[in-house]
Amino acid sequence: MTWNAETIFADLKREILALVSPDNQPVVSVLLSIAPLLAVFPTLFALTTILERKGLGRIQNRYGPNRVGPFGLLQPVADGLKTLFKETVQPRAADRVVFFLAPVFLVLPALLAFSVIPYGKYMVPLEMDAALLFFFAVGAGTELAVFMAGWASRNKYSLLGAMRAVAQMISYEIPLILCTVPVIMLSGTLSPVEIVENQNRYTAAIAHWNVFTPWGAAGFILFLIAAAAEANRSPFDLPEGESEIIAGYYIEYSGFKFALFFLGEYLGLFAMCGLGITLFLGGWTAPFDFLTFIPSYVWFFLKLLALISLFIWVRGTMPRVRMDQLMNFAWKFMLPMAVINIVAAAAWKFTPILGFKWAVSGVIILAGYISLAQGLTRKAHFSKRTYRFAT
Amino acid sequence: MLGKGLLKGLRETARNFVGSYSDPERLTTVQYPEERLALKENTRNFPFLVFDGNDSTKGLRCVACKICEKECPPQCIYIVLERDEKGKPQKHPRVFDIDISVCMSCQICVEVCPFDAIKMDQVYELSRSDRFDGLLMRKPDLAKSNDYYHTIHPTEASEVDGRLAAEKAKAEAAKAKLAPPAAAPAPKSPDPAATAAKAAAPNTPAPSTNAPPQPAPATATAVIPPPAANISPSPERKADL
Amino acid sequence: MPLSFYILAAVTVISALAAMSLRNLVHCALCLALSFLGMAGLFLHMNAGFVAFAQILVYVGAVAILIVFAILLTRSAEPARSPRASSLAFSIPLALVVGAILINAISSTNLPFSANPANAPTVRELGHALMTTHVIPLEVIGLLLTVALLGAIVIALPEQTSSAQKGAVKS
Repeated sequence: MTWNAETIFADLKREILALVSPDNQPVVSVLLSIAPLLAVFPTLFALTTILERKGLGRIQNRYGPNRVGPFGLLQPVADGLKTLFKETVQPRAADRVVFFLAPVFLVLPALLAFSVIPYGKYMVPLEMDAALLFFFAVGAGTELAVFMAGWASRNKYSLLGAMRAVAQMISYEIPLILCTVPVIMLSGTLSPVEIVENQNRYTAAIAHWNVFTPWGAAGFILFLIAAAAEANRSPFDLPEGESEIIAGYYIEYSGFKFALFFLGEYLGLFAMCGLGITLFLGGWTAPFDFLTFIPSYVWFFLKLLALISLFIWVRGTMPRVRMDQLMNFAWKFMLPMAVINIVAAAAWKFTPILGFKWAVSGVIILAGYISLAQGLTRKAHFSKRTYRFAT
Repeated sequence: MLGKGLLKGLRETARNFVGSYSDPERLTTVQYPEERLALKENTRNFPFLVFDGNDSTKGLRCVACKICEKECPPQCIYIVLERDEKGKPQKHPRVFDIDISVCMSCQICVEVCPFDAIKMDQVYELSRSDRFDGLLMRKPDLAKSNDYYHTIHPTEASEVDGRLAAEKAKAEAAKAKLAPPAAAPAPKSPDPAATAAKAAAPNTPAPSTNAPPQPAPATATAVIPPPAANISPSPERKADL
Repeated sequence: MPLSFYILAAVTVISALAAMSLRNLVHCALCLALSFLGMAGLFLHMNAGFVAFAQILVYVGAVAILIVFAILLTRSAEPARSPRASSLAFSIPLALVVGAILINAISSTNLPFSANPANAPTVRELGHALMTTHVIPLEVIGLLLTVALLGAIVIALPEQTSSAQKGAVKS
């Protein structure tokens, strides 16, 4: 048989499946789908940590880690070994069972979410009808895990961090889901595979990615903001807030449990990025039709790296927002903007000519943005403080 | 417009990111073990003993007068005078130890030394695997040549050299006037002073901090106590401190 | 019935029982969440993916969190004291009445059982049904939720006049 770069992994899986007996084939097939996910994404996590530290260093005119291995590339290995060998400390007052289960329940949903993302033309671990809903349902488990960690530590800082995290995640989950609605509306499906197929068309060599439409661009930006908040990334990293509540809900975790929290956070970020790519950046499709000879999975992971770099860049730039700013932004800007975006997408769908589509949709989004921005940037009016008894 | 500041900030960090690769001047990090900053001339941390010439034991300027031992506030200096087989004191230390884990780099030993024999060093990479013996500097570790002194503190060293030369010339001139036929070249300028003082007052407490910088041989007033067997602080010493 | 059904059923029932009987309120809430998850698993078992995921999204993601928040914000997480006899005397008849109504409702409903729940409706069919045949209930539920939202906002609004008066009296 011939080896084709596009189908090499699918072929490989078929070849391996042919080696086992038909009875075991379903089990082996599932395992063959799971194993790459478990191998690729934790590795990507390790790579991201070094990329992040290097990138942040360069943003701050530093070198970043460059001691372990060539260019410091073995730094994640050193970090991993360090966390492995550290003592696991459990507070005496902690709730033992819940304390133990929390990191597990944090990593589990993140890993589950990877199962529905199409990584390539022939690389979808799990195809199902309501996959998007599955993605968000699984993500909801993270909130409970965060709460479990914060509560079981019996530490006021962890509890505060957990409350902050849960409040933030609930607030930003709504705009996150709402800004996927336009894509679902216009694709008419909840399946990521079909959403990507819908974007796999080319006009004048340019792909029909959703981000190349007014509602798609607005939705993509909203999605990125909400994803950063969902993944507790800077500038929305209040739940960790090193300067205020030390490390938030995972203060009391040490050793490998701490590493699991870190892993879970980054895996959540990757999953969010993967979903953003699927919904707005055309999944595994190439941006121009003359670039389609590059295998689809390469495109997916290139886009993933680009989005991760974007998040690192933002982290190196933005200061942490305040709690009231966070909530104001979620409820007074993100939520109405997401709803306006749905209206714009509907206008896009039901107006006839392309230029007209752009005009109507763009005007709706711009008008919404400007009016909401005015509400958000209006200076708070403080009256002069008067005291009754003091002069 | 909402979001303009964010874009400005993103542009700034992007400029930093690209700039740090294209323009190494932006990077402020000194990669320490490979590259290091030049030390300022006045940098000082721990004392060392200066010797003249090439022999680190013979050329030592220290005469084991123990003024520094007495004056050291944290008492990190330990000196034992060298004696020959007849018990006659020689004019140099047999033991000279400085515990740099105790030393507080105050430079008082340098200020009180009448012979310009102890000076401040600049070595800072002093980590040791043994924090007791490793940080106890013995005489061979401490003895460093005058040339070394010139390399680390050039201004100060040449000033000291000039002063020593002037005093030596003055002492020789005085000696020539006093006893022309003897004409023995004085090996070290303070020698007559030390012996005279010792004979005069064997057990007088040492003078307080401001000893005369260089006792002239004829008018020797510096009182040098007898060699102490150990560094356990005596009542006099406590009074001194 | 395959083994997976029994496992899911056991998880659901046991965690529901634990949610009722555990002393620690937070443990109860977490067990409740587990029982919701078991329910979702049962839905999945019946090929009703959409319902299962909606169950997780709404119940685990929102309701359980809401319960947990309510526990944390209203009372300490210390084990609660056992209910008093008077409240027991009130609650047992209430439970009996509710149980009787539920049993009556369930037994009077004609539930069509089928051995193989293979052809579950797709999301597209569900959406069509919601927007055509069941559009009135959907709208009514939407209205209800909006009213509840408005009510929450009204309750959360600061009582300006009365609080100013209170402040005046206090100071």
